[in-house]
Amino acid sequence: MLYETVIGLEVHVQLKTASKLFCGCSTQFGALPNTQVCPVCLGFPGTLPVLNEKALTYAVMTGLALGSEIAKESKFDRKNYFYPDLPKAYQISQYDKPICVGGEVPVDIDGIKKSIRLTRIHLEEDAGKLVHFTRDSGVDYNRGGVPLVEIVSEPDLRSPKEAYEYLRSLKSILEYLDVSDCNMEEGSLRCDANVSLRPVGTEAFGTKAEIKNLNSFRNVEKAIIYEIERQKKILEDGGRIIQETRLWDQDQSLTRSMRSKEEAHDYRYFPEPDLVAISIPLEKIEFLKKNLPELPHIRCDRFMKEYGLSQYDAEVLTAEKNLADFFEKGAHCSKNAKALGNWIMGDLMRELKLKNLNISQSPVSVDALIELVELIEVGKISGKMAKDVFMNMFGEGQSPKDIVQSKGLSQLSDASELESVVKKVIQENPKSVEDYRSGKKNAITYLVGQVMKVTKGRANPKLVNELLEKEL
Amino acid sequence: MNSNPTDLTLHEWSDLIQKREVSSTDVVRSLLARIQEKESKIHAYIRFDEKAALEKAGHLDNIPTESRKGILWGLPISNKDIICVKGVETTCASKILSGYIPPYNATVVEKLNGAGAILFGNTNMDEFAMGSSTETSAYGVTRNPWDLERIPGGSSGGSAAAVAAGEAIAALGTDTGGSIRQPAALSGCVGLKPTYGRVSRYGLIAFASSLDQIGPITQDVEDTALILQVIAGHDPKDSTSLDIPVPDYRSTMKKGVKGLKIGLPKEYFIEGMDVEVKQSIDDAVKVLSGLGAEFVSCQLPHTNYAVATYYILATAQASSNLARYDGVQYGFRAKQFSSLVDLYFQTRGEGFGEEVKRRIILGTYALSSGYYDAYYLKAQKVRTLIKNDFDKVFDHCDAVLTPTSPSCAFKIGEKMNDPLKMYLSDIFTISANLAGIPGISIPCGFSKEGLPIGLQILGKHFDEATILKVAYAFEQATEFHKKRPDVRRAEGSKL
Ligand SMILES: [Zn+2]
Repeated sequence: MLYETVIGLEVHVQLKTASKLFCGCSTQFGALPNTQVCPVCLGFPGTLPVLNEKALTYAVMTGLALGSEIAKESKFDRKNYFYPDLPKAYQISQYDKPICVGGEVPVDIDGIKKSIRLTRIHLEEDAGKLVHFTRDSGVDYNRGGVPLVEIVSEPDLRSPKEAYEYLRSLKSILEYLDVSDCNMEEGSLRCDANVSLRPVGTEAFGTKAEIKNLNSFRNVEKAIIYEIERQKKILEDGGRIIQETRLWDQDQSLTRSMRSKEEAHDYRYFPEPDLVAISIPLEKIEFLKKNLPELPHIRCDRFMKEYGLSQYDAEVLTAEKNLADFFEKGAHCSKNAKALGNWIMGDLMRELKLKNLNISQSPVSVDALIELVELIEVGKISGKMAKDVFMNMFGEGQSPKDIVQSKGLSQLSDASELESVVKKVIQENPKSVEDYRSGKKNAITYLVGQVMKVTKGRANPKLVNELLEKEL
Repeated sequence: MNSNPTDLTLHEWSDLIQKREVSSTDVVRSLLARIQEKESKIHAYIRFDEKAALEKAGHLDNIPTESRKGILWGLPISNKDIICVKGVETTCASKILSGYIPPYNATVVEKLNGAGAILFGNTNMDEFAMGSSTETSAYGVTRNPWDLERIPGGSSGGSAAAVAAGEAIAALGTDTGGSIRQPAALSGCVGLKPTYGRVSRYGLIAFASSLDQIGPITQDVEDTALILQVIAGHDPKDSTSLDIPVPDYRSTMKKGVKGLKIGLPKEYFIEGMDVEVKQSIDDAVKVLSGLGAEFVSCQLPHTNYAVATYYILATAQASSNLARYDGVQYGFRAKQFSSLVDLYFQTRGEGFGEEVKRRIILGTYALSSGYYDAYYLKAQKVRTLIKNDFDKVFDHCDAVLTPTSPSCAFKIGEKMNDPLKMYLSDIFTISANLAGIPGISIPCGFSKEGLPIGLQILGKHFDEATILKVAYAFEQATEFHKKRPDVRRAEGSKL
């Protein structure tokens, strides 16, 4: 039997606020354990939560950017369960009245545009972190109370690749909104995947497994691939899938059962009585809507139109906001934005990747790249020389003009200077001269090469060609 | 009537301090002397720090008169063991919080400190405020100063007994279903539950978050107004506290009741009510009528559902609020356990008392999947109906008058083994918590046995001024609040 994969993703995104969701503690990553805590986020008896307005604003912006409906009235609920990393033994989350309802994420799968529907986006606080020692365990509550939005998709994804592209698109949009760092290593973007199979052509959903602990986009893809195979095998052997939570084991590249439905939690949700209902004034929603930053897919279209880029180039350059900003800063004042784009996507990104740097850490400024492109344009250096100049720029951070000057790299474009070299080469290569004159026009290439060799590559090849033709 | 100087009210002491006729140290010494004399019989306190109180008093005395700002300057206010005072062990009368020392002050504590008061001692209470008799305290029973064989009411029984016995000049209590008003009534004090949202709950250890409210228990209405004045007002740390102007209660309450329309809900004057209680209320109506108040009959048709609604909402919220006491972060932790889950089981099993466990189980059940709609959601809807009942009555009434408790103080142990019977002792007070409206209980008579009877006045949201006005007018026209229990005589009777 042929099976169709049905995938829904739940993505937790840490909002980029300076303080936690319900108290004033810092959200800075990497601090010593329990140094960013207070009675409120530690859930001390008698303390009360107070909503961080910034986090609410960010959640609304996220919803607006993804086309969600912003709820007229929303509220917080308590999700009750016991675990040492949860200081109040409940998490303040949103149950039946999330801040954003619906929406969609645009996805491009090998050139085919698709739209993945969202169920909801809601706000919640993060839990702390357990740290295990040889004999005991400790809890670090620095993360406890950090603001998250949970973005829940409809089961619209049909392949691991789609899941991967969905996450990429979502991350890109969130970065554009500047509401999250989306740093997976620091846990500011986490993902759970619901995976099930159904016979092709059927409507009803199969029993799903929820895969947790997915800490990179590649792992999401790999875990789903593994899970599809696992479920397929069970179904083909006539077995039944049990609804359960599974953990992705990165080291062994497999998913393993975490707990079955029988032990499933009864979270006993009920409205959080310590917080009043949220109603966001319409004017505020309108204001935020008006002031949303340009989103990646829109910027991509604009780049194609404004700078004459191909769709592929525009997509690469707009995938990351910082990269697009870098390019656009230069594209505004460059006469050849396309060439600038090529340098950024080619040599610059390759070298950054090798050095494990991101675009904002680039030792080469966009102004320097513009200069480089211009030097080529005016024929001051050849494209081949430019590659060397670029490597020097990347290594030493000098301006291309300085490099060209200090290394004597400028192109020889002075006919009088080149004439003597051309004459000398003609004299020394009678055979090639013979060939050319007898009609083998290709022989000139060899002679050009010889001139280049003598001039150590500095001669303007176009001019050399002209001079040679004249002399011959 | 008693003229013992230690029976001076808060405002009387305040006048003496302002005039520099006594010092704060004198007040604290006089209080300590009374405690020395009576505490062994009453057991109103769980703990108090003599030395700290005298030190603070000495410190306040040294501040020159012109630099003194607060209206409670140098006056000791006793605190229920559920309101956090930085550095002072606070346990909610539960073993599970033993050793817990809050690292911060409740907002009311900050405000009282700001007014120059001295937070003095933590009074006994029902464990986590769950009870109507102060018998569920892990620290033992508090006795009613009017009759040591009887309960002082609950859960703020320690605060009420302390005030009644002169072991506190005034005290803070908390009221979730009547826990200020009922003990005030049974102990012959004045007790006010402000509007939900009038006084910050920050630092009040939660029992049922949507019902809890802090309020004063005092010897007379003026003292209540004085304390409310200090603790009322918006607090940015409590999202449910409202930003509504706080009137000058002390001056508005003196304006008389002439022309006020007061409702008498027929659902509150039912069969089974104690005859003596009924008689006292009837007399009170006559007194207030004589002062110019107009009484009308009114209806609160959903009153019958109040107790059931309350016990679903309160226990559900409590089950969640008390889940954090798991032995991981603070307080009591069981000595022996074999795993994480076992740590929870052992700690909570040993740390909580019976009544608390009963309510946690009840609340957990009411919230569990499949039952939420039938219980919690339904209860919330009934709560709205109860609120609407009051709104309708307040369309044409300025206040509502009822008994505070259906009977006088009952005997220790009398209702301990019958939770339902115990729950019914809050039958007249619970509705105000569900509706979020303010209510005050004042002494309005004594039974033949010499036990105090309380009169409850309920008001509109944020209209504490009106109920204080009614209470003050009644108090000025009567002498009930001046009568003091003779603890020695009470002791001689049977113990
Ligand atoms: Zn904090």
